Amino acid sequence: MALLEVKDLHTSFFTDAGEVKAVNGVTFQLDRGKVLGIVGESGSGKSVTAYSIMQILAGAGKIVSGSIVLDGMELVGADEKVMKHVRGNKVSIIFQDPMTSLNPTYTIGKQLMEAIMLHTKRNRKEAWDRAVEMLKLVNVNEPEKRMKQYPHEFSGGMRQRVMIAMALACEPDILIADEPTTALDVTIQAGILELMKDIQKQIGMAIIMITHDLGVVAQLCDEVIVMYAGGICEQGTADEIFYNPRHEYTKGLMRSIPTTSNAGRKLEPISGTPIDLLNMPEGCPFAPRCDQAMNICIHRKAEKKVINSEHYAACWMNEKPN
Amino acid sequence: MSDKSEMNNTAAQSGEEPIIRVSHLKEYFPINTGFIRTKPLKAVDDISFSIREGETLGLVGESGCGKTTAGRTILHLYKPTEGDVFYRGKPIRTKQDITEFRKHATMVFQDPYSSLDPRMTVADIIGEPLDIHHMYGSKQERRDKILELMDRVGLNSEHAARYAHEFSGGQRQRVGIARALAVDPDFVVCDEPVSALDVSIQAQVINMFDELQDQMHLTYLFIAHDLLVVRHISDRIAVMYLGRMVELADADEIYDRPLHPYTKALMSAVPVPDPKVARANQRVQLKGEIPSPLNAPSGCPFHTRCPYAADVCRESMPAFEEVEKGRFVACHRVKEVN
Repeated sequence: MALLEVKDLHTSFFTDAGEVKAVNGVTFQLDRGKVLGIVGESGSGKSVTAYSIMQILAGAGKIVSGSIVLDGMELVGADEKVMKHVRGNKVSIIFQDPMTSLNPTYTIGKQLMEAIMLHTKRNRKEAWDRAVEMLKLVNVNEPEKRMKQYPHEFSGGMRQRVMIAMALACEPDILIADEPTTALDVTIQAGILELMKDIQKQIGMAIIMITHDLGVVAQLCDEVIVMYAGGICEQGTADEIFYNPRHEYTKGLMRSIPTTSNAGRKLEPISGTPIDLLNMPEGCPFAPRCDQAMNICIHRKAEKKVINSEHYAACWMNEKPN
Repeated sequence: MSDKSEMNNTAAQSGEEPIIRVSHLKEYFPINTGFIRTKPLKAVDDISFSIREGETLGLVGESGCGKTTAGRTILHLYKPTEGDVFYRGKPIRTKQDITEFRKHATMVFQDPYSSLDPRMTVADIIGEPLDIHHMYGSKQERRDKILELMDRVGLNSEHAARYAHEFSGGQRQRVGIARALAVDPDFVVCDEPVSALDVSIQAQVINMFDELQDQMHLTYLFIAHDLLVVRHISDRIAVMYLGRMVELADADEIYDRPLHPYTKALMSAVPVPDPKVARANQRVQLKGEIPSPLNAPSGCPFHTRCPYAADVCRESMPAFEEVEKGRFVACHRVKEVN
């Protein structure tokens, strides 16, 4: 049985301007010890999918329908007490900006120990030891000294390491990383990605990596989900998605990024602008920007089609006889 | 790209004066370190290089390396602490020089949200440089010029009366570019112009920079931290570290065969969007973190993190020297390392 099963998830934000369907029928599974990348542009619903799993949606956001089963337990409709146990113990999350995620008025040690004591039955002494152990795990030098320091004494990369330490202190089954390296410099980013890979191998937790950067996905992920306008376009192993993309949006993305092989050639951008979630078209949401769009694309959404055992795509182009 | 580099070669051969020449440029900011005591923060510390007519020079480095300050100081948005900037062989020193220079050299900013005045219409934002430099005879001429600029950057002329908040990030960046092009410049400093944009929009804007360069014969100083984007758009690339330039070379050369140890580390850290390349990549690890520019190390600023550091690196600053034709490196041990 898969560790996490998300089925036909719909999450909406109810705003004055109307219902914004941020996540619109998302289905996927995550096995133990796997690294799943969710890629997409701003507003594609990648973060909201993750926040729905944790149920940390902002005020106007609500899970409308669908199911999220974690380790055999249904989370949609679960009460807050259950969710409190799930968060931290079962699923942890780290965010993009490590500065705003830490409280500037408490020491790093106090914040780490607070998380540990809240979720496990350790006393102060044991929590201290555990916190030091976690800082060692994320390669923070002189952990005992660093425990007594405040967030402003840490660099951006070091703060993100602290956040990872905090997220992993209670040995969750899943770590959700929401653009964890976007705010960091490349050499620091490479360090954090390597750290996540190493720890993942050591501890064996699953990771959901949310990012807009296909480079980050290529470094870290076993499986990839490509999202557009709240839905999944394509899903498969990293190699399948990168070397055999079968959705026009994924193909467009691959053509529009500068890589080592297309240097000097012109990029082929995706035309048009991202979709307005308040006015979703009836057919495929990508159809208005798609060069290959056919009549059917405008009128009907494509069903998820099996390309092979490791690869699904929702694009009418795959139905077209060659 | 190929015709561009040919153009550069001919320019180099004929010994033409570069469009921009930067000579020993320094920009120090005073930082208060106590009661009336200040200490200089050496944001840009003695950089020298030239930009040839029609080329794109990429400027890369990590946060705090001084790349943005370098761009702004070249345009004299900051008064240089020391050193000179020459535009077509003429030094820019007096106030008149600067005003004249700004008719030829402009800037595109990173953040398309905070770099546009929310109370001005798009037409007025684009027209402001024209007003400042008195570059039109009649209202009609001004209007025509604005509409022509909007058309060039792919904005609909019906949007002239709208405000910045009505546009998406990509469209705002187009407004910022139209404003930079209003005075018909020949040199544009682009400071992280695509970093805030989504991937699909980013490609549209990058292509537009390319097209505008051909149409309007522009020379770019392209500052960015995304190394793949910089490689794509640049003819040559300069790498900065702690306010100094450590390497300057042809764009492909610097990627395929970096010579400075810092450039090696930087290039190997680039997350390449290709799983097979990523799996095969051997990363050059750097120890520690970038030191504060307030307490820059003695000697070579990179020696604290350099895997090849020797005594000479700790004691004296390496010169920024031409080690191969057109290739500059600031490293004492460049021969031993490579």
